[in-house]
Amino acid sequence: MNLFDYKRPSSIADAVAAGAEPGAAYLAGGTNLLDLMKVGARKPDVLVDISRLPGLGEIETLQDGSVRIGALVRNSDLARDAGFAKAYPAVAEALLSGASAQLRNAATVGGNLMQQTRCLYFYDQQSRCNRRQPGAGCDAIGGETGKHAVLGWTKQCIATHPSDFCVALAALDASVELQGPDGARSVSLEEFYTLPTEDTPGGADVRPGELVTALTLPADAAHFAGHARYIKLRDRTSYAFAIVSAAAMADISDGVVQDIRIAMGGVAARPWRARAAEAALKSKAPTPELISAAAEAALADASPSGDNAYKIELAKRLVHRAIEQALAGTPQTIPALPGSVFAAQAAGR
Amino acid sequence: MTRSLTLTINGTKHDIELEDARPTLLDVLRERVGLTGTKKGCDRGQCGACTVLVDGRRINSCLALAMSHDGAEITTIEGVADGETLHPVQAAFIENDGFQCGYCTPGQIMSAIGLFSENGTANDPEQLREGMSGNICRCAAYAGITEALLDAQTRLSGKE
Ligand SMILES: Cc1cc2nc3c(=O)[nH]c(=O)nc-3n(C[C@H](O)[C@H](O)[C@H](O)COP(=O)(O)OP(=O)(O)OC[C@H]3O[C@@H](n4cnc5c(N)ncnc54)[C@H](O)[C@@H]3O)c2cc1C
Ligand code: SF4
Ligand code: FES
Ligand code: FES
Repeated sequence: MNLFDYKRPSSIADAVAAGAEPGAAYLAGGTNLLDLMKVGARKPDVLVDISRLPGLGEIETLQDGSVRIGALVRNSDLARDAGFAKAYPAVAEALLSGASAQLRNAATVGGNLMQQTRCLYFYDQQSRCNRRQPGAGCDAIGGETGKHAVLGWTKQCIATHPSDFCVALAALDASVELQGPDGARSVSLEEFYTLPTEDTPGGADVRPGELVTALTLPADAAHFAGHARYIKLRDRTSYAFAIVSAAAMADISDGVVQDIRIAMGGVAARPWRARAAEAALKSKAPTPELISAAAEAALADASPSGDNAYKIELAKRLVHRAIEQALAGTPQTIPALPGSVFAAQAAGR
Repeated sequence: MTRSLTLTINGTKHDIELEDARPTLLDVLRERVGLTGTKKGCDRGQCGACTVLVDGRRINSCLALAMSHDGAEITTIEGVADGETLHPVQAAFIENDGFQCGYCTPGQIMSAIGLFSENGTANDPEQLREGMSGNICRCAAYAGITEALLDAQTRLSGKE
């Protein structure tokens, strides 16, 4: 690990001022940043410890019914907040399917949002990586690409965003609140992650010094509580990143899908909203044929970026299953194995 | 630049001087305070051997910057027994062969203590295994570990 200076400002304004200095990085739980620093993938000159900043640790329901989650709320505290988990069960399930209990206890929601890709070549200092060093090239292409993107990639970067949480958030039209040296702004979570272009590698759209202060879920996000699932496929049953994952949430009345949200993880540099799949089911009485058509539509634009064509079929089947499970109704309690396709389907129902 | 911090470890206050801000909580516990019960397996958050309680919550001490926890109360494996009397979770691990080589064991025990304080009790082995999935056992003593947790819950509820 490189030598660095350490600061612990006591106000958001001081933190933003310190964070805007060249070479500064915010430290929250540290579960991603320290990992990257240990392998030299990040070499900040100053760590600005935000973990004790006041006012960023609350989960609040606002007047208009939207919910605001402070950036320092711990992943485990959000998932275990009974009111939150009841209103947004797929978000809780996504959180609990991520990492391990120890990591979720340390990890903050802001850090989860801002975590870096797990692309092996991004981690490996001997490899060329456009994300680490713009213009360097991408050694992932032609290498070990089994876990890389199948949607929205270019030759600049084929990495995926690893978060489970963000997939469920994208389905619910969450937005990100930021505070920077030039003031505050709010941006949709989906847009917050820019996709690679022909000459830029993409990544989280944070400007120098910008601090994520909160996440908000709009009032209509609570309409999906009765029919919401998040499922993820991993190399092992627990404590592993998603190969692919899917969130499906429906608002159903009189047997008709009034509104539906579908998003995928592990497939792109952002949590991927499958709007064509949503359109296939919206305002319809769901049938097996319609669900299959929706799953096909979700991956219609996909193409392998290497040895990962299998992911396209896998994602299709996972979307299919997530829709079926969502339509069957949210389980009474979160399954013993959150997000697992191996959890008994009827678990806790 | 030298740094100083204070940690209350197993009930005892320690004033610690560091040459710079880099050490993790794990390295401070092992190298500065001499509490080597907490193990370093991967040093990357991937195995759970370094699990300790910080202000009552289990975390991986290898991915915790020590400076960031200035003022915190830390509980390590050295702090869970009551004198010569083992903590019920420790006793249950011995009784149920919850280990082979023992390297992962301090982390397993601290994680189990953390789990019980988070969830109360669960008699579903699947739920216990999932709750402990952040602790890898290279000897694969998992069957014994699950038995130990089930037994520990009985012991803990008997005590209450
Ligand atoms: C072994 C392992 C397994 C994991 N498995 C999963 C998994 O299955 N699913 C999953 O979703 N995640 C997984 N994770 C990732 C984990 O969720 C993240 O490490 C965690 O959410 C990061 O949060 P943190 O508070 O520790 O962030 P930090 O490590 O403190 O910060 C991460 C990054 O975000 C920046 N940052 C933090 N907070 C802010 C803020 N408020 N404003 C601006 N920038 C900020 C930091 O500068 C840094 O660049 C895993 C991690 C490990 C180590
Ligand atoms: S895929 Fe993206 S993150 Fe991975 S090496 Fe290429 S440019 Fe870097
Ligand atoms: S040593 Fe900390 S998780 Fe492995
Ligand atoms: S007992 Fe050997 S690693 Fe678990």
